Amino acid sequence: MMKRPIYLDYSATTPVDPRVADKLCSYLTMDGDFGNPASRSHTFGWRAEQAVEAARADVAALIGADPKEIVWTSGATEANNLAIKGAAHFYSKKGKHLITCKTEHKAVLDPCRQLEREGFEVTYLDPESNGLVDLGKLAAAIRPDTILVSIMHVNNEIGVIQDVAAIGTLCREKGVLFHSDAAQSAGKVPIDVNGMNIDLLSLSAHKIYGPKGIGALYVRRKPRVRIEAQIHGGGHERGMRSGTLATHQCVGMGEAYRIAREEMATEGERIRVLRDRLFGALKEMPEVYVNGDLDHRVPGNLNISFNFVEGESLIMALKDIAVSSGSACTSASLEPSYVLRALGRNDELAHSSIRFTIGRFTTTEEIDFTARLVREKVNKLRELSPLWEMFQEGVDLSKVQWAAH
Amino acid sequence: MAYSDKVLDHYENPRNVGSFDKGDPNIGTGMVGAPACGDVMKLQIKVNGQGVIEDAKFKTYGCGSAIASSSLLTEWVKGKTLNEAAQIKNTQIAEELALPPVKIHCSVLAEDAIKAAIADYQSKTAGGDDKADAA
Repeated sequence: MMKRPIYLDYSATTPVDPRVADKLCSYLTMDGDFGNPASRSHTFGWRAEQAVEAARADVAALIGADPKEIVWTSGATEANNLAIKGAAHFYSKKGKHLITCKTEHKAVLDPCRQLEREGFEVTYLDPESNGLVDLGKLAAAIRPDTILVSIMHVNNEIGVIQDVAAIGTLCREKGVLFHSDAAQSAGKVPIDVNGMNIDLLSLSAHKIYGPKGIGALYVRRKPRVRIEAQIHGGGHERGMRSGTLATHQCVGMGEAYRIAREEMATEGERIRVLRDRLFGALKEMPEVYVNGDLDHRVPGNLNISFNFVEGESLIMALKDIAVSSGSACTSASLEPSYVLRALGRNDELAHSSIRFTIGRFTTTEEIDFTARLVREKVNKLRELSPLWEMFQEGVDLSKVQWAAH
Repeated sequence: MAYSDKVLDHYENPRNVGSFDKGDPNIGTGMVGAPACGDVMKLQIKVNGQGVIEDAKFKTYGCGSAIASSSLLTEWVKGKTLNEAAQIKNTQIAEELALPPVKIHCSVLAEDAIKAAIADYQSKTAGGDDKADAA
């Protein structure tokens, strides 16, 4: 029996895998290993430390890193802050210029804005219309005083995969540090920090069936990358991030990453088949547009614009499925997704986008139900849409003088 | 966002969806909003010889509150004279639908739409009179 609403928002967060939950729960109570991993004087601490270090090794293994290169954080947002502000502060004598892309997550863009307030200079690259960064434009933006390039691996909204290996090679040649936000890619796309020449990599647990509230930053040791701590108080994590480690969270992330390493290939294929099945059913409708490159994309992401239908009303019509819209109608003036705008999508298409993200627990039955529901509701809303009517009459909407308000 | 029962009702069962012939002299058409802002409302009224709105139809591209505001408006204007319809205030619509502050602009748009439809109808009849005078 299908449970409703159907969860198709796996890029927002994922449920914790039951295997992860089982293991995590044994690090909380008196019966379990609840100790403080920093306690050196008794077995409670030692056992907790062992568990944390085993988890650290599992996280490192997924990205081809050494466990000593993994710094636990509260999540990918903190990892991004630590990487960008930490590196900028440490290398500020070498230069004060950073490069990133307009389609990055706010957890990268906002630290960059903060650095601008502190006197750094940031170049925000425009992506190509398929969402990918052009290497030539990146190379041209690198200056003698550039210290860091931050380009995400997989985009959270459109799921496109950047060529981080090529970006890493370019940065290495130019002597610039390369940071990548891998919150959406770890466990879904192979990562090899050495093969890809990545110096700093942000990781999250809850995007890949681990618990919320835990993440990690990979910090390269050879050649050594230095960052200035952003949180002080005890010198945990080799001085880079103070604070008592949340043993159960670390264990949960480690177990989630271990499972991902083992199952990524088969799971990715299964999810790709589901995604293609959904897309196949939706693309039969007229005026349907995929946002972002379809080939360089994680298997679970489908971001589509249904022209002449407004996103929020569509989400309302799709109350039996949990998805997100590119149109955030939160204030008097509607704000279409800045990611879609950066791709050059017009306002109508940006407003009418829906992100479906498919994951470990999605079934074929759920996909078929979703496809039927979306087709029915899009047709209904188009019958209600004056824009659809004008389009049918052959009116060129871009030439209409709108009474903007 | 939590929608009121009335918004949900109008959204799920919108009243008076459709279009009249724009060229018909008895029809007034108001189209307000812009796709860039995320909402476009088209409201049409059919006016009889006594200046009473006999029928109304709408089509709306926009969020649930925008659809509900225009649907409600078509119900309210039917049977009203043009003067009475022109008195409808956005605050009445917002109150009836219990719109939250971020959705007030939907009711403003609906008020603009009826005013635009009335103005369109009046310009058509005035234009007709002018022609009659000229002849």
